[in-house]
Amino acid sequence: MALTGLDIFKQLPKTNCGDCGVPTCLAFAMKLAQGGAELSQCPHVSEEAAAALSDAAAPPMRAVTVGTGDAAFTVGEETVLFRHDKTFVHPCAIGPRIDSGTSDDEIAAAVATTKAAAFERVQQHLACGFAAVRSTADAARFAAVAADVAEKSGLPLVLMAEDPEHMSAALDAVGPSRPLIHAATEANAEAMIALASEHSCPLAVRASGLDAVAALTEKAAAAGLKELVIDSAPESAAAALRDHVFARRAALKQKFAPLGYPVITFPGDHADGDPMLETVYAAVDVAKYGSIIVLSGAEPWRMLPLLVLRQNVYTDPQRPMRAEAKVYEIGAPGPDSPFLVTTNFSLTYFIVSSEIEASKIPAYLGVVDAEGLSVLTAWAAGKFVPERIAKFVNDSAIAENVSHHDIIIPGAVAQISGELAEELEAWNVLVGPYEAADIPAFLKARAG
Amino acid sequence: MPYTEPVESANGRIREVTVGAGESSVAIGGAAALPFHWFDGEAPRRPMIAMEVFDATPAEWAPALTGALGDVMSDPATWARANVEQHGADMVCVQLASTDPNGADATPQDAAAVVRAVADAVRVPVVVYGCGNAERDADVLKKVAETVTDTVLAIGPATEDNYKAVTAAALGYGHVVVAETPIDVNMAKQLNILITQMGLDADRIIVDPSTGAVGYGVEYGYTVMERLRLAALVQNDDMTQMPMICNLGKEVWRSKEARASEQDEPAWGDAAKRGVLWEATTAITLAVGGADVLVMRHPDAVAVVRKALSGLTA
Ligand code: SF4
Repeated sequence: MALTGLDIFKQLPKTNCGDCGVPTCLAFAMKLAQGGAELSQCPHVSEEAAAALSDAAAPPMRAVTVGTGDAAFTVGEETVLFRHDKTFVHPCAIGPRIDSGTSDDEIAAAVATTKAAAFERVQQHLACGFAAVRSTADAARFAAVAADVAEKSGLPLVLMAEDPEHMSAALDAVGPSRPLIHAATEANAEAMIALASEHSCPLAVRASGLDAVAALTEKAAAAGLKELVIDSAPESAAAALRDHVFARRAALKQKFAPLGYPVITFPGDHADGDPMLETVYAAVDVAKYGSIIVLSGAEPWRMLPLLVLRQNVYTDPQRPMRAEAKVYEIGAPGPDSPFLVTTNFSLTYFIVSSEIEASKIPAYLGVVDAEGLSVLTAWAAGKFVPERIAKFVNDSAIAENVSHHDIIIPGAVAQISGELAEELEAWNVLVGPYEAADIPAFLKARAG
Repeated sequence: MPYTEPVESANGRIREVTVGAGESSVAIGGAAALPFHWFDGEAPRRPMIAMEVFDATPAEWAPALTGALGDVMSDPATWARANVEQHGADMVCVQLASTDPNGADATPQDAAAVVRAVADAVRVPVVVYGCGNAERDADVLKKVAETVTDTVLAIGPATEDNYKAVTAAALGYGHVVVAETPIDVNMAKQLNILITQMGLDADRIIVDPSTGAVGYGVEYGYTVMERLRLAALVQNDDMTQMPMICNLGKEVWRSKEARASEQDEPAWGDAAKRGVLWEATTAITLAVGGADVLVMRHPDAVAVVRKALSGLTA
């Protein structure tokens, strides 16, 4: 919750000593409220006042970090309900659940599948964020499987057990890697809170309904825990969506701190063992406020759509994603293959490249840096103009890769063909179709 | 601290648009809450699924798709019947792709005959999409509108360039207009204003806000729909209160991720499941954004999305 200058002023010594570099405590408080200063610049502020201020300044939804090092992920700190208001902050983490009661071979296979579900798209690496290990046998087995999965996957863990003894055994094995503990319930809260404190791990609380969840987070917060995750154990997909919306609204609009935490979801709970339905529910969680989404498996045919959807939902709506500017080889182009150019707006790139692919005619596609704008917008903004395109062509090695000198430009910028021909003397400038959908017909007609 | 449920009731409501004939007619829209926000206000029905049929056998479809559809694709009426009887489609969407003057160039008469045959074959409402060429669509949809008058069709796309002709056809023969604009809140609103100014009731318009598939701009369509829904429900802006339709099948099945075989892309896994999920995740995302009608293609995607739509409706 943002603090006002006056809120801060109340906590300051009010001596106007000027040691902070500002003549009065009030002026310093105002500066602080606007983010123009740090509290530590006042050497005289009391410890209690500093603690009170940092608590009050906490964001309406807390950040939670699971794991350590490069593989760690952070969720929470979201500030809006709708992505057009402001970009969502931390992409949700998606990963599979592995049961400790299954055989070593099955566990090894599940870990291998999890690691294999990794894709490159628009210069981002898309992969599982964690592996959840659920205790379905004894405590020692849980600990052993947790250690094994942590080591082999290299991913942060979510540890799932209701029995604190199981959790304690697993934390003794993997505690320093900061797994998420799932979950403190009404039945085991004291023990789980103690374990989370002892091992400095984030803790998920699970209870039926947000009322009961809030009671548990207050208990955990009172014990000094800050990194909490909530699970309202919804009885249906419809109830899950309601709880996600209510929790986000309560945190952001009512500033209701006991629900100001990221949400963990289990879309498979409502899918009757159908992995397709589970994936569709997971897609709903990606759009509507799931921060940690636990699936029954991480097969590539479901991780790819979910991770790409997540990438879409979490992009900045004001600043579209950009494809890397370079010459792409589509199919296996040879010296006779056509050479087309377009802009680096990621959507433009995806659509043009998939139309070329659909034509089954191998080609070179030059993606020119037009600051992430689509063809017409970029042209209007002076970012997809003859000089830039010519520079791109001359800087690339395309002239050595093709035996012809035809460059195909989008039909939407037909008007630049003359000027581009002057800039690129060695090349014949050809005007391609206006719509990407007409590219296959265009290429086939050219190929004769 | 006590927790109070942060219920937000709406100031406006989505219009109810009725398509079809007699007792098999179907109402769409009507909610006084954001999609699946049944806890905020009245949400009388889940989104409807309109399954596609094409006026000519589609070429070069992914094997995962043609295999699941079986050998119905050469006859639109048979295909439509399979969609309804085997796959439980709520509606049928006839895609008049072969009327494209740069393609098969089928005539308005050919197109009207196809729609007639489909409307006779099924007892569910029929949505009709032209090929997307504004001029040709104007002629084709006029012919369709005057040929099939015993049921209320939804005909489109009516765009900035041809809305006058399409609206006139709908006005003359009692049909509903699908008004399409390119992913833009203001343009969607403006087209609704223009169409209603011609005298068509506001509850005879369905908005197609345009969309992409997952990975191909789904987030733009999603966000434009969320903004339209908020304008309709929170600001009570009556020119944004039309139900929405998403013509997503063609977007999904154009994408490499839905089409590529496992041999071509081994790292992407099972092609059949991946294709179905590409369509299903696109459809559910758009439904959460605000779609009232989902135009879909693969029977398995339809099945799983229908389950999810019911599961999300309390
Ligand atoms: S250093 Fe602290 S006490 Fe001194 S003027 Fe600044 S805020 Fe006030």
